[in-house]
Amino acid sequence: MFLKEYITEVYNGVSSLLKGMRKTGYYFVHPKEIITEQYPDNRAHLNLAERFKGEVIMPHDENNEHTCTGCTACELACPNGTIKVVTKFEVSPEGKKKKAIDALVYRLELCTMCNLCIVACPSDAIKMAPNFEHSVFDRTKLTKVLNHPGSKIKEGIE
Amino acid sequence: MYSLEGITKSIQDWLFLKFDPTLALAIECVIVILLAISLFAILGLVLVLMERKVAAHIQIRLGPNRVGPGGMFQTVADTLKLIMKEGLTPDNADKFLFNLAPFVVMMVGMLLLAPIAFAKNFQIWDINIGVLYISSVSSLSVIGILMAGWASNNKYSLLGAMRSGAQIVSYELSAGFAVLTIVVFTGSLQISEIVASQQTGWWLFKGHIPALISFVLYIIAVTAETNRAPFDLAEAESELTAGFHTEYSGMRFALFFLAEYINIFIVCAIGATLFLGGWMPLHIGQWESFNHIMDYIPSSVWFMGKTFFLIFLIMWFRWTFPRLRVDQLLNLEWKYLLPISLFNLLLATVIAIFGWHF
Amino acid sequence: MYNQTEILKDTSELGAEGELVINMGPQHPATHGVLHLVVTLNGETIKKIEPHLGYIHRSIEKMCESLTYRQFIYVTSRMDYLSSHINNLGCALLVEKGMQIEVPDRAKVIRVILSELTRIASHELWLGAMAMDLGAFTPFFYAFREREMITEIMEDTCGARLTMNYIVPGGLMYDLHPDFQKKVKAFVKQFKAKVTEYEDLVTNNIIFQSRTKGVGILSAEDAISFGCTGPVARASGVSCDIRKIYPYEVYDKVSFNEILDTAGDSFARYMVRVKEMNESIHIIEQLIDNIPDGDFVGKTKNVLKLPKGEFYTRVETARGEFGVFVVSEGGTTPHRIKFRSPGFSNLSALNHMAVGSKIGDLMATMGTLDLVIPDIDR
Repeated sequence: MFLKEYITEVYNGVSSLLKGMRKTGYYFVHPKEIITEQYPDNRAHLNLAERFKGEVIMPHDENNEHTCTGCTACELACPNGTIKVVTKFEVSPEGKKKKAIDALVYRLELCTMCNLCIVACPSDAIKMAPNFEHSVFDRTKLTKVLNHPGSKIKEGIE
Repeated sequence: MYSLEGITKSIQDWLFLKFDPTLALAIECVIVILLAISLFAILGLVLVLMERKVAAHIQIRLGPNRVGPGGMFQTVADTLKLIMKEGLTPDNADKFLFNLAPFVVMMVGMLLLAPIAFAKNFQIWDINIGVLYISSVSSLSVIGILMAGWASNNKYSLLGAMRSGAQIVSYELSAGFAVLTIVVFTGSLQISEIVASQQTGWWLFKGHIPALISFVLYIIAVTAETNRAPFDLAEAESELTAGFHTEYSGMRFALFFLAEYINIFIVCAIGATLFLGGWMPLHIGQWESFNHIMDYIPSSVWFMGKTFFLIFLIMWFRWTFPRLRVDQLLNLEWKYLLPISLFNLLLATVIAIFGWHF
Repeated sequence: MYNQTEILKDTSELGAEGELVINMGPQHPATHGVLHLVVTLNGETIKKIEPHLGYIHRSIEKMCESLTYRQFIYVTSRMDYLSSHINNLGCALLVEKGMQIEVPDRAKVIRVILSELTRIASHELWLGAMAMDLGAFTPFFYAFREREMITEIMEDTCGARLTMNYIVPGGLMYDLHPDFQKKVKAFVKQFKAKVTEYEDLVTNNIIFQSRTKGVGILSAEDAISFGCTGPVARASGVSCDIRKIYPYEVYDKVSFNEILDTAGDSFARYMVRVKEMNESIHIIEQLIDNIPDGDFVGKTKNVLKLPKGEFYTRVETARGEFGVFVVSEGGTTPHRIKFRSPGFSNLSALNHMAVGSKIGDLMATMGTLDLVIPDIDR
């Protein structure tokens, strides 16, 4: 009886090992199953999710206009002081003073992509962009001004 | 027809014609040494790339594919990097042994190259106790590993070396018994005679069940002897970081790395010689035309094909199985492999005495 | 003055005769992070394990005290990063409980689906990493293939793969991606087809079984006294699934089993996790076609202020019970916050489980504890 047990033990052990080898052998002879992506090569047709949180951007339309009113809601919502809103007063032709942004400073090196600023923004002036290639040689380049030079606020946004 | 046999013969004739016999022999020795070293380098490069490609395809990856077409020169680049790197010696290490160890391991590999028949009549040294020579020299490699583990003055290295010592010494036994089975069938220790005895068919097919069992035992035992997964306890990455070569860097690490692959090649070459007929083409009984076609394939191709098949088998093991624990490793040897191989040897002897094999 | 002989004398006192003290970590392939174990060995046999923590301490609890109730949720993703979604859920539940915010049904169901997907993703990664600890490299890649599908679903819907921050007090940050249901169904199909591969490669493998069976045994009493939760305790027969005992969200409306095992060894812990993945799939299948319509976020005030008092909620992460304790003074930020992380208590049992076994067993034991170091250190 001992011998029978011994032999079944050996047989079961070997067959379990062979089953595993069949599985790996299957993948070895089926190169179609390969799932890796060739990243720098497939950059042109890289399929990124549209919601991917890569960095904060401020969309501008063709007249170089944005919708940021400078309300600092994003600055308040940010947990780590990533955003700094610098405001100025614009004097309109009628002589009215109007608050507007001078610069929306965004420090990418502090950002954790938590999306709280986007949710807080009342005028949808900023959004997340699916850009993830952020590496630069100089740290100061990570501090960005989101509004384009010479841009101004869109008409009718309060 | 150009064969390796013809080339060596013409070179030898030319040398003996030009120089006096002693000098000619010396020149031959130098040529052989150069060939052996270049074979080592090429084998190292090819096998490392092969391992990485096999691993990648099993793991649904592509593997190296940046340097050269299909990543062909990846290992060349790796070697260049390793040569450039600084070879550190730990402060409290036994410097002499520490520096000696990789060379001891390499030397064992080189010595084992001598009796291997690479092709028809293409052999460095056809020693008449070939199999005995192989099994005695191959057990020397444990000394190099123990040396490396002890001299590094690192606890991980020491643990790895001790494991390796226990492991190689035990698995020598079943590897030896597996080889003995074929020696019993052949009645000779000489490699060339063992190959010649497989003219009519390989021992794997001719030797009935005992040959098959001893082939399986041999593959398991040599996997353990070369410290390959699932028996890679000496370097057990997740347990001992890198085991006995934790402290090695640069070219000395590369020598250990190379030695591992050379050892695989050698044990697979021996396995191919003993069980799969070495350089003998595949012959099937009375199929004259089939046998004739097989004869057209050069013997060196046959040899390399069989060896690389066995190497692939060992790589396949590595990328499929988990690692054994150290006590289970010894259990496997002493409770399973050794009794089976003893019984198997007995069976083989009976078959050989009665002449039941083909 | 640096005196070498004195230092050498000091270290020699650490180990008695015949003992070998090795430092496993902070950089070691098997600790999966910066865990530092001081292991006392006698040959290959472990005599004592002393975990040293603090290498990745970021004082998250203190950080949270300076953040508002909307902001502190995202930091908790950085603790147990493999079940970040469930951590966020625990914090959001606390705020909702404290302020009596009504959460729409749609948000509740989506939260549960995403939690279960997170749990599967976490267990997949654990499975691969554990097999790798035991020396089998290939299952890691197969497990990651399935996990990749989940991270892609997360990427589509939440915008991130690991630290999602999709949950806000009152509901969700934004609505589901239109492809969500289709992709989840595709994942469920793929997972069911491929789960047999793990059986062939890992579960039924004789080497794997002999490496894990009877290794690192934790009895039910010990599991309770060490405060172990999650699959570690359930493998010892302690019923501790928060989803069953204190159901939150819609866990009381779905049917699923609490996986229990009594062996308490590494193999039992392995099997509990593998079966839990199937249970999670079962939950997802029940909910995926029944996501109610409606708002994805409830009505909340602009500035959240928790009333004065103490609040505690718990959720079941992939590793066990995750508790959030907040003392509020009535302001916009917590006065004091404390997280009860499952990894910390589970790690405390390691010494008890591994003493007397071999170094190889330590890897099996540690692997099945499923330690995430930032979760332990915070």
